[in-house]
Amino acid sequence: MTAAVSIQNIRQVFGSYTALQGVSLEIAAGEFTVLLGPSGCGKTTLLSVLGGFVTPTSGKVMIGGRDMTQVPPKDRPTTTMFQDYALFPHMTLAENVGFGLRMRGQGRAQRRARAEAMLAMVGLEDKAERRPHELSGGQRQRVALARALAVEPDVLLLDEPLGALDLKLRRQMQDELKAIQRRVGTTFVHVTHDQEEAMAIADRIVVMNAGRIEDVGSPQDIYLTPRSLFSASFMGEINRIPATGRGDRVETPLGALPLAGQGDLMLCLRPENIGAEGALPLGEARLVDSAFFGTHHRCHFAPLAAPDLRLVAHLPQSAHPEPGSVMALFARAPVLLPKEPA
Amino acid sequence: MRHLAWLYLTLAYGFIFLPVAVLVLFSFQGSRLPVPPFNGPTLKWYAQVLGDRDLMAALANSALVALVSSAIALLLGFLAAQGLARYRLPGSALLRGVLIAPMTVSYLIIALGLLSVFNGLGIRPSLWATGVGHVVINLPLCFAILYAAMGDHQKNAERAARDLGACEWQVLRLVTAPMLAAPMAAAFFLSVTFSWDEFIIAFLLTRFEVTLPVELWSMLRSGLSPATNAIGSLVFLVSIAVVIALELTVFRKARR
Repeated sequence: MTAAVSIQNIRQVFGSYTALQGVSLEIAAGEFTVLLGPSGCGKTTLLSVLGGFVTPTSGKVMIGGRDMTQVPPKDRPTTTMFQDYALFPHMTLAENVGFGLRMRGQGRAQRRARAEAMLAMVGLEDKAERRPHELSGGQRQRVALARALAVEPDVLLLDEPLGALDLKLRRQMQDELKAIQRRVGTTFVHVTHDQEEAMAIADRIVVMNAGRIEDVGSPQDIYLTPRSLFSASFMGEINRIPATGRGDRVETPLGALPLAGQGDLMLCLRPENIGAEGALPLGEARLVDSAFFGTHHRCHFAPLAAPDLRLVAHLPQSAHPEPGSVMALFARAPVLLPKEPA
Repeated sequence: MRHLAWLYLTLAYGFIFLPVAVLVLFSFQGSRLPVPPFNGPTLKWYAQVLGDRDLMAALANSALVALVSSAIALLLGFLAAQGLARYRLPGSALLRGVLIAPMTVSYLIIALGLLSVFNGLGIRPSLWATGVGHVVINLPLCFAILYAAMGDHQKNAERAARDLGACEWQVLRLVTAPMLAAPMAAAFFLSVTFSWDEFIIAFLLTRFEVTLPVELWSMLRSGLSPATNAIGSLVFLVSIAVVIALELTVFRKARR
């Protein structure tokens, strides 16, 4: 089952601290949405509001068109996959997975069959009689997922569920999560602070900062055409060059560049979009140093026009950068953003 | 140095267990007085004790009071600990302090207080009155043990249970209580031993249906006899058995 979620102007105040400052967001049924942001940005609070663990100070939560703002967690069509899994240590895996169905009054045999089917979905069908302490971290993760999905929620909330796993397992679980979401079609709302994870799994990323939504869009949109400086730098390394817009061109320390803009701006360039080719000429620059990273050379350039400025560029594997040498730099996919008030 | 250590160990254990050892030894005394010289062994005192209807009634009373009062103390202690561990209440620290405070009050004072309260209410001394007294002394113990055992681990599991559709009493019954099985058993069995051995409250709050320690006391007033030693040995045996069972099951499991 699946449902759309509508978050309408949610404010959340804890004492003197405002965790959410009027957040509004529409999530389509069956969408995989990732709430991304640094710790303290309000993403986990927003998830708790969706799950019903926190009642917002003001604003409304609609799930499947019904107002859920005051409904307690047990009566919501949502379930949560918790950060620490929160499995029941005194129950077998089958009992853990069947717990939600038991609360819904389903009979023993029916529960058992469903629990086994769910465990099979996450590849643990042979461990139904084990207890959680006998499992590895990744296996517990899967049980938590099976338990949350067993009751066929309209919306599954995932609270940094992959945070405790090592890198390799995390990648594997990301793929599995995405595949399972496609299969069951449930709306997933996933919280993380890891932008690579967000890009790996999301249909749509919601970048949050200081209790507000900074940016919303597909991984490509957010990475290539971010709508705020925060969003641009949170998604990955970026060069920022101050610029002043003069209509059809911008003045920068590198000289005038043929870009349309007006007022105080910041020119943002990803390191992999600076190199020997591109539509936007940046002038000549001296290579200060470089290091080989396997997939690319990471280089620091000092533009001749502005020797104090440093540009980070990723040159292709095949390049042979010589420190001290001078080369003409070009850029692709430039993004001009309004300068933020300091 | 090594011999000194062994000597110290022997003296320490001797100091603790010599009185009990003497008690048990002279329960097998052949003559009518439980004093040296020892001439036995014989089991006739045990036979006499086990055939004594009053004594057996007292034993049954003791067991009843111990089990029922411990169960009530455990239930009340569990609910209090859950409430104070999970919810922010005004004056939580004070409430906790007041709940634990009876542990520091002597049983005699508690018994006197209960006696005057019951007199005021017109409740006659009885087995039930003693049971209430034992709940009073064991509730703080159960509360303290369970409160200390509650952690974030449980809190998260409870949250997950609510998320999956459990209402509050289902959370308590299916998640909180089973996760606390080991400390609950520890609190229960400790309460049972304390109630089983307790004398002063039982002495002041019972009249006709007495518990075993009170029966023992009334036998002692008519003079020493190996029979009293035999009862004492039986009481000791039950206490020790409960503690050993506890050590083997609950504490060993908790350490794992």
